[in-house]
Amino acid sequence: MSKLAISPHIHCGQSTAGIMLDVLIALLPASIAGVIIFGLRSLWVILTCVVACVAFEALFCLITKKPQTVKDLSAAVTGLLLALNLPANIPLWQCVVGSLFAIIVVKSLFGGLGRNVVNPAIAARVFMLVAFTSVTQAAFPINVDAVAGATPLADVTPKPAMPGLLTLATGYYGGAIGETCSFALLVGGIYLLIRRVITWHNPVAFMSTVFVFSLFMEGFDPVKALSMVLCGGVVIGAIFMATDYTTSPPTPLGKVIFGIGCGLMTCLIRYFGSYPEGVSFAILFMNILTPYISKWTRHKVFGVGGGK
Amino acid sequence: MASYLHGVHTPHRKKTRHKPVLRMDIPKTVTIPMAMHIGAPSTPIVKVGDEVKVGQKIAEASGFVSVPVYSSVSGKVTKIKDLLGAGGNTTAAIVIESDGLQTVDESVTPPTVSTREELLAALKESGIVGLGGAGFPTHVKFNVDPERIDYLIINGAECEPYVTSDTITMMERSDDMGDALRVLCPLLGIQKVIVGIENNKKRAAVAMRNMAASVTEAQVSVKMLPSVYPQGGEKVLIYHTVGRVVPEGKLPIDAGCIVINCTTLATIGTYLKTGMPLVEKCVTVEGSAVAQPQNVLAPVGAALSDLFAACGGLTCDPDKIIYGGPMMGVTVPSADEPVMTNTNAILALTKKEAWLPKTTACIRCGACTNHCPFGLAPAAISHAYKYNDVEALKKLSVDTCMLCGCCSFVCPANRPLVQRNKLSKELLKQTRAKEDKKV
Repeated sequence: MSKLAISPHIHCGQSTAGIMLDVLIALLPASIAGVIIFGLRSLWVILTCVVACVAFEALFCLITKKPQTVKDLSAAVTGLLLALNLPANIPLWQCVVGSLFAIIVVKSLFGGLGRNVVNPAIAARVFMLVAFTSVTQAAFPINVDAVAGATPLADVTPKPAMPGLLTLATGYYGGAIGETCSFALLVGGIYLLIRRVITWHNPVAFMSTVFVFSLFMEGFDPVKALSMVLCGGVVIGAIFMATDYTTSPPTPLGKVIFGIGCGLMTCLIRYFGSYPEGVSFAILFMNILTPYISKWTRHKVFGVGGGK
Repeated sequence: MASYLHGVHTPHRKKTRHKPVLRMDIPKTVTIPMAMHIGAPSTPIVKVGDEVKVGQKIAEASGFVSVPVYSSVSGKVTKIKDLLGAGGNTTAAIVIESDGLQTVDESVTPPTVSTREELLAALKESGIVGLGGAGFPTHVKFNVDPERIDYLIINGAECEPYVTSDTITMMERSDDMGDALRVLCPLLGIQKVIVGIENNKKRAAVAMRNMAASVTEAQVSVKMLPSVYPQGGEKVLIYHTVGRVVPEGKLPIDAGCIVINCTTLATIGTYLKTGMPLVEKCVTVEGSAVAQPQNVLAPVGAALSDLFAACGGLTCDPDKIIYGGPMMGVTVPSADEPVMTNTNAILALTKKEAWLPKTTACIRCGACTNHCPFGLAPAAISHAYKYNDVEALKKLSVDTCMLCGCCSFVCPANRPLVQRNKLSKELLKQTRAKEDKKV
């Protein structure tokens, strides 16, 4: 007797693990660039975060007697994203605490994959930013002779000089491990677009909003405005964090609104807030609004409200 | 045009379309179900022991939305039994033992159709139903005020993977289609006819263009459409051919359109010329478990196992046997089930072919809503169904869902989305029935 089942009887073959694997692959160029730029110490940060996140995920499933979800690779993605958002010289024990916060508090306690309200990696980074001073101290490239720890965006006197566009693209300036090399991040972003894991809506809306806002603030200097996009966490945030499925709206219109919101919040914090960098806060803020944006921006159902 | 009528790109796998149609040997027995259409099941008018001929009426229509049924073989009625249909309800089926002679009944003569009323009566008498799969009686579909018909749209999209019987029909029976249009259009007051066809069916499109040029009774045109599933969905087809939106809860005629499957049209043509009712069907026999997949011309009521045998048999025990395509088809428990008038394909899928991933947690990726041809939000519907939230289901317009299955096909977590849509529609139906009782 053959099997009885409701249609459809075939599947496109895409899986959650497949998507997560694509994200890991897309983060590879930025990770490699980070290790080259900031030295082998950053590799230890990356490994610590990934291993800790995966271990906490496994442990939580084990203790709560839930089906093991490590295989979907989402914990590994969270770990890698968290690491790339931390400076290379951060104490490793702090990485473990951050991973614990990301996986246990932000993700698992809210119901696991797909149920978390905010992006675990972002929330953990913000938590660490508040908890440990080491996060605010930007690490510097290994072959650059620099003493103090401040990103080019830092609100200190004298204000650090903004690096040139070429430096911003290659990433040889102070910042978190994975956020400085814009070129590597863009390569990863293009890979995700080709694989149709993400759409252009949130990254483009996010980055162009930052560009336009900065254009006004920097006296219509396109080079300075572009620097504001490439500098700091905007590129990694726009491509990898603002596109997180669970914490951003699903429809194209929702994504554009979400991206614009992220861009506005980032610039407001950068120019008028007390923190030099606002990407994490901006995305966190928009994450919280996501359920409402999703609800307001559902597709219009075909034929509803009459036709012709 | 709205850009959200997305749909999905399914694997085509249409390798049977260039193979000639095989006319299978007449099987020893046929089992003809009384419910091969939407509407009331037909009422048998023969008894056990009666001799019947090909094209002889063996069951009468029971009501307006119903059709008569004809014998597909000549021979003797041996049994009238209960048959468990794929939908789960039991209806009568007439079992006829064939004498192998295929003697045609004397009643099979071309009908006289000179007026609209005569045409509709003839269509009802023919037993023709929508052959794309739904099985809606054709005479009911055409029984509308001629003033309301702006377009007759011929559905040649055939968007389901594997299935090629419509494509073959368009290539081989375009004359029958043209003949049908020559009679239908003047009598029903149809001025514009559009053949909607997916752009991966080049040869069928050529045949359709030639057919269109030969019909002078109406303005017939051919519209090429992108090969995207579900292009052949009635409302999707209307939107992509004439740009009209069928309002929620309404029928195509409310947008001035009648949609008819190309094989149905060819069958009408044959009936008007010869008087032979719908007794044999071109069926795509496919799937990796079939030795030589091809299109088979089968008498209605032949067992699926006979069709498989005609295609060189099965190479392994199939995991699933399906009436129709893999996206919307219905599974059957065994190959003993009969071919019906509205069967366009039977598939025998291997375990590997019918493999579905394990269901995991929803990651809110939005693939379901972004691929839904109607812009529904299957994940939200699923959630509302879980909590029996009838009000939310109404707000989410779940009744619009045509159950095409795109959402489940693309879901990376393989959630039972279209399945819950179906349950939600059922829930709304029951709720409405309860409310009506109270009033």
